[in-house]
Amino acid sequence: MRYLVRRVGFLLVALWAAITLNFLIPRLMPGNPAIAMMAKFHGHLNPAGLHAIEVAFGIHTHENMFVAYVQYIGNTLQGNFGTSLSNFPNSVTSVISKALPWTLGLVGITTIIGFIIGTAVGAIAAWRRGGVLDSVLPPIFIVVSAFPYFWIGLMAIWFFAITLNWLPFLGGYTETATPQFSLSFILDVLTHAILPAFTILITSIGGWILTMRNNMITVVAEDYVKMARAKGLRPRRILWQYAGRNAMLPNLTGFAMSLGFVISGAILVEYVFNYPGVGFMLLQAVENEDYPLMQALFLLITVAVLVAIFLSDVATAILDPRTRNQE
Amino acid sequence: MKFLAVLRGGWTFIRRDKKAMVGSFILLGLLLIAAFPTLFTPHDPAAEIYTPGSGLSWNHLLGTTAFGQDVFSQLVAGTRQSMMIALVVGFLCTILSVLVGITAAYAGGWLDDALSLMTDVVLVIPTFPLIIVITAYLKSASFWLMVFVLVITGWSYGARQLRVQALSLRNRDYLLAARARGESSLYVIFVELIPPMTSLIVANFLGAALYAVLAESGLQFIGLGDISTESWGTMLYWAQNNAALNAGLPLWALAPGIAIAILGTGLALLNYAFDEIANPALRPVRAKHLKGAQA
Repeated sequence: MRYLVRRVGFLLVALWAAITLNFLIPRLMPGNPAIAMMAKFHGHLNPAGLHAIEVAFGIHTHENMFVAYVQYIGNTLQGNFGTSLSNFPNSVTSVISKALPWTLGLVGITTIIGFIIGTAVGAIAAWRRGGVLDSVLPPIFIVVSAFPYFWIGLMAIWFFAITLNWLPFLGGYTETATPQFSLSFILDVLTHAILPAFTILITSIGGWILTMRNNMITVVAEDYVKMARAKGLRPRRILWQYAGRNAMLPNLTGFAMSLGFVISGAILVEYVFNYPGVGFMLLQAVENEDYPLMQALFLLITVAVLVAIFLSDVATAILDPRTRNQE
Repeated sequence: MKFLAVLRGGWTFIRRDKKAMVGSFILLGLLLIAAFPTLFTPHDPAAEIYTPGSGLSWNHLLGTTAFGQDVFSQLVAGTRQSMMIALVVGFLCTILSVLVGITAAYAGGWLDDALSLMTDVVLVIPTFPLIIVITAYLKSASFWLMVFVLVITGWSYGARQLRVQALSLRNRDYLLAARARGESSLYVIFVELIPPMTSLIVANFLGAALYAVLAESGLQFIGLGDISTESWGTMLYWAQNNAALNAGLPLWALAPGIAIAILGTGLALLNYAFDEIANPALRPVRAKHLKGAQA
């Protein structure tokens, strides 16, 4: 229990740090963009628009920084991020809610698939030490991990979509189709997801394979694995329930750590494929100087990562009795 | 003296290990190109004077851009910036990681708690979106600004790793002995604690350098870098903005990506080799058998 309480504590501290960063960044920049923007939009935007910026940045010229900070935290906790400037007069929350399912579907599902396949392949590679998988995979993925994610997306587009003309590569679905719950539309969405999903998988799976393999090599040499062998247990049972289960623990922590990298890669992959998700929206917000939307998206991505890390902590607590018995 | 011994050990290792050999070879080659780009460039990389969109030829090894620039010359000229980013960010990140990680482990107590908490928070906040937000406010990031942003977001992983290793070394007998002799903390840290951690520190340098190269190219690709400079990321930006893939100029986008990957592979191969020094269990089994046979 103590372990989980500590992890909840950490989650809260990290959240607070992210919100504070979000509040401070526009103020710390040279020339204070928040104030500069207020001046720029004065006269161009109606009072509601100006108020939107005030909410997004916690600017209230008549109040001091501390009061503004407290109000800002209050607004953030209520999910009130003001109004999107590029989608006026829609609220930031409503704009984001349209993009969120796309990213959860694409990045969420591919990340989980990548983690499961990568962990399994890594375990098998280490189990058959010196075998084909063990000698071929590490060098391949060392090279793949050195490619920029978005560039692999570009090459996938060039080869599969432009040269071979097999798959679509722009957007989440055919532009002329109307979103509805029909078989043809679902198929359309799936075919549009193939190339971006493939790109994310290829670039993220190597990390899982390599770390799992390295953990597994250490674990397989442990006495309890030799003991299990000596007892004559079936190899498959030793592989998954004795060695694999323990080797996975650091990989779960690693999952949490590298999630940030995966998300970063996914932002650029969405950009390359014009995929209508959160990452693409973030870059569009940057381009349109829609700062309220940009700030909210940064916070959303951070919260998503933090929640995922917390879930992996819970999984660790379930898999590793030591964390539960901690004093 | 100890430092020299470590260097010599490193050289013996590089000579023996194929991964380290290839990695060092790649990095040395790129350093050479970065130092003397004019030796390798047949054309002025910025000049828009050739037939736009021409394919491979002896005169233009990688064709030309839609603006009529020589792709190969741009590639060569861009090497310097990526190498600089890799070296400078890698170096500064490593210093910060060593400082935070070893201070935390050596001091212990509340200072360790505070530094570890800070490290973990920086570690979990997704860096790339953060960098995007920061550079978006500044419109475009100059070289040193890019360095600054990449360093403040990139040191935490190394600090955490170094702290863990320093903690495991902290209570070893030889360190306790040094303290019992009455050596100063600085002596214990620099002479007794850091030398055994060299391979991990080098691995961290290489990891941070790789992170810097990839993050920089990503930022430049989306137009948040200084788009007027010559670099691989900027090449990708211009290629993407002129639909190079659709326009039948795939080399324009292909070449800088491969260049980044070559640099990245060099760093990753060396990194992997240094991981194997730190953890001998990871070394390829075949090599181990051979050594056993010779003994």
